[in-house]
Amino acid sequence: MSQNQTVHFHPAEGFAERSRAAVNDAHLRRSFRGAMDFLQAKRLSQFPDADELSALRDLGKAIRLHALANLPDLLEQLEAKLQANGIQVHWAETPDQANAIVLDIAHRHDAKNMVKGKSMVSEEIGLNHAMEVAGIEALETDMGEYIVQLAGEAPSHIIMPAIHKTRQQIAELFAAKVPGVAYTDNVDELIRIGRDVLRKKFAAAEIGLSGVNFAVAETGTLYLVENEGNGRMCTSVPKVHIAVTGIEKVVAKLEHVALLNILLPRSATGQAVETYQNFISGPRKPDELDGPDEVHLILLDNGRTQAYADVQLRATLQCIRCGACMNHCPVYARIGGHAYGTTYPGPIGAIISPHLLGLEATYALATASSLCGACVEVCPVRIPITDILIRLRNEAQAASAGKLRGGGRARKPLQSSIWLVWSWIYGQPWLYRIVSWLMSRGRALAPSNQGAWTRSRTPLNPAPQRLRDLLRRPASG
Amino acid sequence: MNPSIPRPYPPKPANAYLFATCLIDQFAPQAGLDTVSLLQREGISIHFPEAQTCCGQPAYTSGYPDEARIVARRQLDLFPQAWPVVVPSGSCAAMMRHHYPKLFANDPVLYAKANELAGRIFELTEFLIHVVGFKRVDVGGSCTVALHTSCHARREMGVHETSAALLAGLTQVKVVRQARAEECCGFGGTFAMRHPDISAAIVSDKVASLKESGAQRVVSADCGCLFNILGRAEKIDQSAAKGTPSLPGEHIASFLWRRTSGGEA
Repeated sequence: MSQNQTVHFHPAEGFAERSRAAVNDAHLRRSFRGAMDFLQAKRLSQFPDADELSALRDLGKAIRLHALANLPDLLEQLEAKLQANGIQVHWAETPDQANAIVLDIAHRHDAKNMVKGKSMVSEEIGLNHAMEVAGIEALETDMGEYIVQLAGEAPSHIIMPAIHKTRQQIAELFAAKVPGVAYTDNVDELIRIGRDVLRKKFAAAEIGLSGVNFAVAETGTLYLVENEGNGRMCTSVPKVHIAVTGIEKVVAKLEHVALLNILLPRSATGQAVETYQNFISGPRKPDELDGPDEVHLILLDNGRTQAYADVQLRATLQCIRCGACMNHCPVYARIGGHAYGTTYPGPIGAIISPHLLGLEATYALATASSLCGACVEVCPVRIPITDILIRLRNEAQAASAGKLRGGGRARKPLQSSIWLVWSWIYGQPWLYRIVSWLMSRGRALAPSNQGAWTRSRTPLNPAPQRLRDLLRRPASG
Repeated sequence: MNPSIPRPYPPKPANAYLFATCLIDQFAPQAGLDTVSLLQREGISIHFPEAQTCCGQPAYTSGYPDEARIVARRQLDLFPQAWPVVVPSGSCAAMMRHHYPKLFANDPVLYAKANELAGRIFELTEFLIHVVGFKRVDVGGSCTVALHTSCHARREMGVHETSAALLAGLTQVKVVRQARAEECCGFGGTFAMRHPDISAAIVSDKVASLKESGAQRVVSADCGCLFNILGRAEKIDQSAAKGTPSLPGEHIASFLWRRTSGGEA
């Protein structure tokens, strides 16, 4: 069916071109600005007490640090507990392996229809495309995901996938793509249309696929939050439920979920609590009426162990995927999610993508930040995003390849020579004195075309006399 | 680094160092002179070590830590007395206060030096409020201003409130709040050069919100942001063939000095 045409991420190389196109797209700019303002205000309204928020973020960070510090043990404990609960556990190092596991399960059940709850890991591995190639219809059932799938696009936000689309665009899309639907831009009506389509699919699907918000090692519980009820349908109606998640999503104790979930919905959508919270602890028991006969969990690495192996970059894995960093990012607000070219956009995308795709292909994302720190300020688990961005810039331009995949590949001889000369000038006070004196004296020669700077600004010219010259004059009051 | 935890402040000293920053030395010396005037009027002798150049931040944030270290290393020896070091830039102050210890983390001797220095780095407005106890009478005429606080002043130094407090102390000055006052101006050092389209989009929005605020001028404690904002505003004026600047602005040191010294109505 034509719905299975979700675009796989493009290589991140054309970032400059895509971001230029985005900032010049007035419609896109308006959509994102409006959405970001709305989400920022909603989040703030959920955290009226700054001190309490600060304490909660300390707690969130501590829980995630604890989980990561014990990651190998917790993953083993999780596997054992899940198996004891009757959940089958699979390990995948690469996206291809993860897709092969899903396909293997699907083939064993002779499945042709899959309904999907929202899962960014499934986007990361290109699952829809892999299913389409194998002749399986993988239908998105989250309304936002359904919309981008209909449009043949990728999500532009990790929480709100269709945030770049207006109501009118969605109306046109439905009229064009959903059989027998006339144009309407009434939101309730659009949702009813989507729901009608999806209801039939839930009933027919052999497999339901979902993501996981937290996997609890102590109890072997998969925790999944959502607002539309589609996640509960996907995980309880079909005979087989397959959950996919990254290995970093494990937490030690059930009570940790309760604490993290104070932060997650408030930081993400500005909700005090999600509409649906699913605690999945196994397949249907013989005396139960509802639930799948089989539950599988696929634990994906896909480069996460590279981040894990580095004491500073490991903080990247603290992320609970709330999206607050992108909601507050001045760059994301201007260019939207698609310009990044990666599954995960925004600040978290810039720091996680190098591990998934290599630093060479994703380096531009790490540079696309003014290091303003708005993301650091709102991160519910206090990921030092700006420090990590600086570290990635260092690794990408280092003289040797280093430990990161694609490290050192962004080093350019001209650029590194410029910084070397800069360090000579500013590292030798006598040389700086001469150079800055020459610049002041020669200010009439300062170019009016200062490259990228003067495309949008007037030239920046040296003052006729430096501060050090003026201070040397006798005080005149 | 957690700006929400207040740092201890020393009593007002008889002597202080000025680290003026390379931008002020070369491009905006008046802000440096006015900083000196403000502090000397309070009875503080200001010492300007001639060997100072740049804090090293441009290379540090651009992915060249070795080059940043070469330059930062030079600044470590400039302040031998235990006097406070006043920096009229939140961004450069944050570099020296928060990033120097990280930059020299692998060298125990230099780390100790960097850490000691970091402990007495003060951004100008926090120094004026918390150390000097700045209270001067506003002798200027009535005017309306907007304050732009740099992201590093706000989020790394946590000193956005001290700039605001200084302006609030000026009785004839009405401070208006521009929309999205907390948002970055799009400068980001080499970010403005590497991603000129994104940077231009951000600064254009900043200029628009400042103009919409009704402010007659913008003041900021960071020259990097000011060059970006004012340079963009001027460029827009040029293309609209406007003679008088639609958005003038200056460093908060200059503004404070003029308002409290009788230099200008």
